Amino acid sequence: MTGYELPPYALGLGIELDHDEDGVPVLFMDFSERVMGRPGFLHGGALSGLMEMAGFAALRTELARRGEDAVLKPVNVQVEFMRGGTELRTFAAGQITRAGRRVALINVSAWQDDRAKPIALAQMKILLSPAG
Amino acid sequence: MSTGEQPASIHEMQPGDGFNPGLAAKLMNKRGHGGHIGLTYHAHGPNWFELALPWREELTGMAGSGILASGPIISLMDNCTSMSVWTMIGRFLPHATLDLRVDYMRAAVPGRTVIGRGECYKLTRSVAFVRGMAYDGDLGDPVAHATGIFMATHGTYK
Repeated sequence: MTGYELPPYALGLGIELDHDEDGVPVLFMDFSERVMGRPGFLHGGALSGLMEMAGFAALRTELARRGEDAVLKPVNVQVEFMRGGTELRTFAAGQITRAGRRVALINVSAWQDDRAKPIALAQMKILLSPAG
Repeated sequence: MSTGEQPASIHEMQPGDGFNPGLAAKLMNKRGHGGHIGLTYHAHGPNWFELALPWREELTGMAGSGILASGPIISLMDNCTSMSVWTMIGRFLPHATLDLRVDYMRAAVPGRTVIGRGECYKLTRSVAFVRGMAYDGDLGDPVAHATGIFMATHGTYK
């Protein structure tokens, strides 16, 4: 995953790179006490955190592919929770809907055993400003 | 849970159990994700609830920057808005977050504790509408705004 390292927050939740899917990093997070909400279920905030990391990773990868560098600032995120996350491994991948010079819009989905049945969707807007 | 005995977790509380905001926050954040990021009770009112998120290097979004990642802010707002609903109805009722939107006004100042204030501004039988702010010292200069919706999963809010 060129030019991208997972931050302390992601490492603390146990988030890791699963694989690269046609240039899109797919991240995963195993179930643990650290990401548990009610017993046996994922916490919505931890799930959102995983999705944000996948969104940032997708954008970082795209910028590296273009040979660009930028400081990324999150503007907002909207998360739709569709199914309760269980004790299974959770995956997330971001799809860049639009990445201009100033703003990027990214859709992220999270799933567990069946990718066709996402447990949550997120839409993120990220501001890009020149590095350095 | 037998009468008079303190539940080990907020999730051992039964729908309709009386709601003690300070105790509930302690139970909710003793274990699990809330415990991992270190949420603690801060304050509450009739329909609002505040949790504190103390700064920690392990919660930062870029090594060496000292700036908190956005993830812990989402978790903070999810939890404090959830607590505001139970505070408003005066009892515990299981519910699920349907959606949550967070607008990040600015980065939290490195080293500062961030307070999340959640408020329930409208209840229907099965839906609770919430909003809130995260701030790191001055409520007039927030770090983030949040809005969300919860749905009662076992029983009704009113």
